[in-house]
Amino acid sequence: MKERIYKTIFAILAFSSLVFLVGIVIILFKEGLPIFKKVGFFSFLFGRAWYPTHSPPEFGILPLILASAWVTVGAVLVCVPLGVGSALCLHELVSERQRAVLKPVIEILASIPSVVYGFFGMMIVTPFLQKVFHLPTGLCAFNASLVLGVMAVPTVCSLSEDALSFVPKSFREASYAVGADRWQTLTRVVLPAAGSGISTAIILGMSRAIGETMTVLMVAGGAAVIPHSFLEPVRPMTAAIAAEMGEAPMASDHYHALFAIALVLFFITFSFNIMAEFVSRRFRIKLGLSG
Amino acid sequence: MKRNFTQTLGFTFLFSSLALTLLVLFSIIYFIGVRGFRVLSWTFLTQAPRQAMTAGGVAPAIVGTFYLALIAILFSLPLALACAIYLCEYSPKGWVVNFIRVGINNLAGVPSVVFGLFGLAIFVKFLKFGVSMLSGGLTLGILVLPVIISAAQEALLAVPHSIREASLALGATQWQTIRRIVLPAALPGILTGIVLSIGRVVGETAPILFTAAAFYLRGFPKSVFSEVMALPYHIYALMTEGTHPKEQTGMAYGCSLVLLLLVLAISALAVFLRQRQRGRFHV
Repeated sequence: MKERIYKTIFAILAFSSLVFLVGIVIILFKEGLPIFKKVGFFSFLFGRAWYPTHSPPEFGILPLILASAWVTVGAVLVCVPLGVGSALCLHELVSERQRAVLKPVIEILASIPSVVYGFFGMMIVTPFLQKVFHLPTGLCAFNASLVLGVMAVPTVCSLSEDALSFVPKSFREASYAVGADRWQTLTRVVLPAAGSGISTAIILGMSRAIGETMTVLMVAGGAAVIPHSFLEPVRPMTAAIAAEMGEAPMASDHYHALFAIALVLFFITFSFNIMAEFVSRRFRIKLGLSG
Repeated sequence: MKRNFTQTLGFTFLFSSLALTLLVLFSIIYFIGVRGFRVLSWTFLTQAPRQAMTAGGVAPAIVGTFYLALIAILFSLPLALACAIYLCEYSPKGWVVNFIRVGINNLAGVPSVVFGLFGLAIFVKFLKFGVSMLSGGLTLGILVLPVIISAAQEALLAVPHSIREASLALGATQWQTIRRIVLPAALPGILTGIVLSIGRVVGETAPILFTAAAFYLRGFPKSVFSEVMALPYHIYALMTEGTHPKEQTGMAYGCSLVLLLLVLAISALAVFLRQRQRGRFHV
């Protein structure tokens, strides 16, 4: 009897994380829907002007979505070669003892807070870009991409290395046995075998980059216009929420619009996570790892 | 010859990407370390800001960060532990476990600023906690829930089945087995999870932006319902608010260094603990 009670208590508490997830969705819908009703779903998503404080205000978040997309693509271009390259290097080229030091070091570096990256971006990267590209301001999409990309490298590297280490040794030995050299084995046997694991790492990295707030808030520049070049200031979705929530009056259209942006953001990251889940499940099956 | 050339070229690329990664990351630490060190002093660590943020220290922010982390962990640890115990010890494999697992993974992927909005709507407005330490701490607690759950799960799974079976064979009930045998054995692993999540909480800014943080407070927070200063938010505020950008930048370097050292030390501890536990059970 007592056992039953314990089990029930644990079962109820176990659902708490689900409750919070559902709670987040409900809150976002509840607070975000009024703006969809007022402006219309499509003109909110694809409206080209974001002037929430003008009169009359305009709530079109296309510039913000595009800014997020640009910055994320830029960040991926930085973090994938560096992260996966580093992981392959850790996996293939360093000795057991070096790896035992380097892997933890990279894991520790993954914990550097985003606000510190943002601060570094403002103080060091910004003046540098300003000088090199002769910009009026160094706060721009390129800056945000660089900083976000570097920030994601340790995570992508660490997860990719995990994926690589799951590849059975027999794969590699079989490849050597038929006369392939180390590079061929690495690129044509090990990398494809770990491919979906690495893709999962990259998808998770992208999802992080889209949702990352402080860095883009500090270095992206903040102009809510449709981006035309990487060297222009932009305002990604997360930055808009963080920058404007403090000023938006309670329950105003602006307030609801910011929740609606969060809703859009949530669905983007949610689909990325589901995708990662799907890909990683395939990965396990492919390598014959259990569930 | 050609094959050899490709291999050398490829390996050079891999080497340089690792070297570049480490170089960039360490240069960030170096820049902040060198410039922050000039600001760092006993006064900086133990006093409140003075003269419109241009002098004094960041003590209230350090204390505030500590309180926020404490509330977050106190809130999320019991929930996370219960969740991990249910998933590893009680629940039959099947769709329920899968469902909860997918939920946890997705909660882990929710952007931090969205947690901030959730905290604003639920804790600040709906439960009327106001912009306070409690609201911020609870918001951060939800944020780290998945981190502690997965660490605790890993720790519980590492406990060999034979130990459980031995306990059950002696006539212990399942709850007795969990409480007296499994949990003590998994404790170090769970501790690692806690340390890891403290590191995460300490560095997060976006969730406390509208739920807890204040730019300037005269002294230390008096109750859980008062606003707090926090290190990460303080860095952001020093860079974007206030009237003396130049002096504030110096303060921000010092603040960044304190935060950086804190977070790196915490996560180094976590990694060290984890390293030591791996392979603790040789069965």
